[in-house]
Amino acid sequence: MVDNIKRQVVFDGKELDEFDPAVAEDIKRNVALVKFDELKAWARTSSFWPLSFGLACCAIEMMATGGAHYDFDRFGVMFRASPRHADVMIVAGTVTSKMAPALRRLYDQMPEPKWVIAMGSCATCGGPYYRSYSVVNGVDKIIPVDVYVPGCPPTPMELIDAVEKLRVKIRTEAKGKRVGLE
Amino acid sequence: MSIRTEEMILNVGPQHPSTHGVFRLVVKIDGEVIQEATPVIGYLHRGTEKLAEDLTYTQFIPYTDRLDYLNAMTNNYVWCNTVEQLMGIQVPERAEYLRVISMELNRIASHFVWWGTFLLDLGALSPFLYAFRDRETILDLFVKLCGARMTFSYMRIGGVRFDAPSGWLDEVRAVVKELRENIKEYDVLVTGNEIFQHRTRGVGVITKEQAIDWGLSGPVARASGVDFDIRRNDPYSIYDRFDFDIPVRTEGDVYAKYEVRLEEIRQSLCIIEQALDQIDKAESPIIAKVPKIIKPPAGEIYTRAEASKGELGVHLISDGTTKPYRVKLRRPSFVNIEILPELLKGENIANLIAIFGGIDVVLGEVDA
Amino acid sequence: MSEQLLNKAEQLLTTIVEKIQSKAGADAIIDSKLNFNRPMVVIDTSVWDNELATILRNDEQLQFDFLSCVSGVDYDNHMEVVYQFYSIPLDNYLMLKVKTNRQEPSVISVKQLWNTADWHEREAFDLLGIRFEGHPNLTRILLQDEWVGHPLRKDYNIDKEELGLD
Repeated sequence: MVDNIKRQVVFDGKELDEFDPAVAEDIKRNVALVKFDELKAWARTSSFWPLSFGLACCAIEMMATGGAHYDFDRFGVMFRASPRHADVMIVAGTVTSKMAPALRRLYDQMPEPKWVIAMGSCATCGGPYYRSYSVVNGVDKIIPVDVYVPGCPPTPMELIDAVEKLRVKIRTEAKGKRVGLE
Repeated sequence: MSIRTEEMILNVGPQHPSTHGVFRLVVKIDGEVIQEATPVIGYLHRGTEKLAEDLTYTQFIPYTDRLDYLNAMTNNYVWCNTVEQLMGIQVPERAEYLRVISMELNRIASHFVWWGTFLLDLGALSPFLYAFRDRETILDLFVKLCGARMTFSYMRIGGVRFDAPSGWLDEVRAVVKELRENIKEYDVLVTGNEIFQHRTRGVGVITKEQAIDWGLSGPVARASGVDFDIRRNDPYSIYDRFDFDIPVRTEGDVYAKYEVRLEEIRQSLCIIEQALDQIDKAESPIIAKVPKIIKPPAGEIYTRAEASKGELGVHLISDGTTKPYRVKLRRPSFVNIEILPELLKGENIANLIAIFGGIDVVLGEVDA
Repeated sequence: MSEQLLNKAEQLLTTIVEKIQSKAGADAIIDSKLNFNRPMVVIDTSVWDNELATILRNDEQLQFDFLSCVSGVDYDNHMEVVYQFYSIPLDNYLMLKVKTNRQEPSVISVKQLWNTADWHEREAFDLLGIRFEGHPNLTRILLQDEWVGHPLRKDYNIDKEELGLD
């Protein structure tokens, strides 16, 4: 965010160097100018509130990430039970055809802006149950996904990395650029 | 003057903050009293039994992990043991000791998760952190042994995959000492707490006849007075070499289940210590001489083991080819939930979560 | 296994066979033997009725009060329901296989005697299509109510694109 502070300040119709040097010094230290979108992105990414949506084994690793050893709370991530309070949905586990309508309904109940992290190989592509008759091959057949985390189950470090990637994505998109493969 | 009440249908789940997974309970309540409770399961039905018919015996081992993912070692064991009995393979000594140590460590880890999440359901937020801190020490051991934190696929047909790395056995000993001390904290924090006692004593009582009739097993049955533990009554692996107690209570309420599980953790620590003392004398290979292609003779067998939730059984029918003909998994949580409708009739809605938490269910196992 | 236990198992097998034959006739037993040192008996579904089940449960020489598992199996020309019994007071085991035909598989429900069988029978009905007569609530349990077909049958088509899952 420090880079976003405009060095060339237009303040009250005057350029910064037209001010008294002492006042200009004060302005530089105490006034930060930033685009509103980037400010919103900073606020949103500093406090992700995921919907606790653990389906299967990956849920236990998600819980372990929330535990004391890996501690999600220091990133501002606080698990919420109701979809109306949540802004990110971490789909952790296998999505079956019986569960799919419920999942879609929960996604629809979340208010905008919302993101989805598909955790584990079952949520990404069906995982080891790829050929089973009752498993949906990937949650992206039902809802749009922002970040995919491979692993079976992914370790808590990988989940924290996924949250970090989602942060980078949100901030990049707020600047108007699209996230590419670099 | 009497107050008119109407029946209300309350839908608990499939997504709810109780961290047990995707379980749905449709409850009909009249005021605060439950008239009828209907469990709806199948939200995690992944078709494991059908997939088994298309995989070889060794390829099925990772799928057994994902049934009761908190107790993956015992699941691996039951499958490997079934195939070994069908083929008449004798597992070497050292492999058996490693199997017992890892199964008991896994039992302790599973009971820790139960303890933390059960108390989280009841509203206590701190025990969750204690439980997961202690669980991480056990998972560190497992990472050194076989590389995975939760779904190990450690056992193979005929033995185990990796030998204990150098220094691992001493680390296990140190962890056992540390856990013994930490568990005393649990009693201090929770067991004597007045709110906890009020919420769990006398709640959800299961009688001994009910337990046998409904086929309950594991700590749920032992809390009701059924003195049965497969490790002692029908010993498998090398459990007959160890000296341990089976905790049994007679009250059958949620508090009795709590006590039984905490005591089981202590007994498991005893078993691990005895195994560590005896393993140094076992200098055999860690896997038996097994043919490269595993083709058991045609036949049918049912074996079982004591998982942390109860009796875990595998009914295997082989037709002499490299893939099983039919695999039926007898999952303890699937059977333990059957009693829920009868248990909840007439209960207060406030006791619902305590009763359900006391049964210790893992949905990966219920739906298979 | 020790001689003593093997003899006990053989005697148990003989007792069970006698009791079934005295209730249902000499040709009620299709097969009986010791399978991995435990008694195994095969009968037909026409012989398996409530009275026979009550004998297995209440007779003081048998006392099979704990039903571990009920599994359904699909073969080429017939289907089977396999019961795993255990007696807690007498420490005895029994594997009972009940054969039925494949076109309209039907076995009586033993839920009244062993409550464990409740959900096991529903699972066998759901995945294999075996009807259990007398079950109070024989509906699908693991799959959606609208599911068509019985997946665990050998001739079930698992083309996922058709099911709409891929």
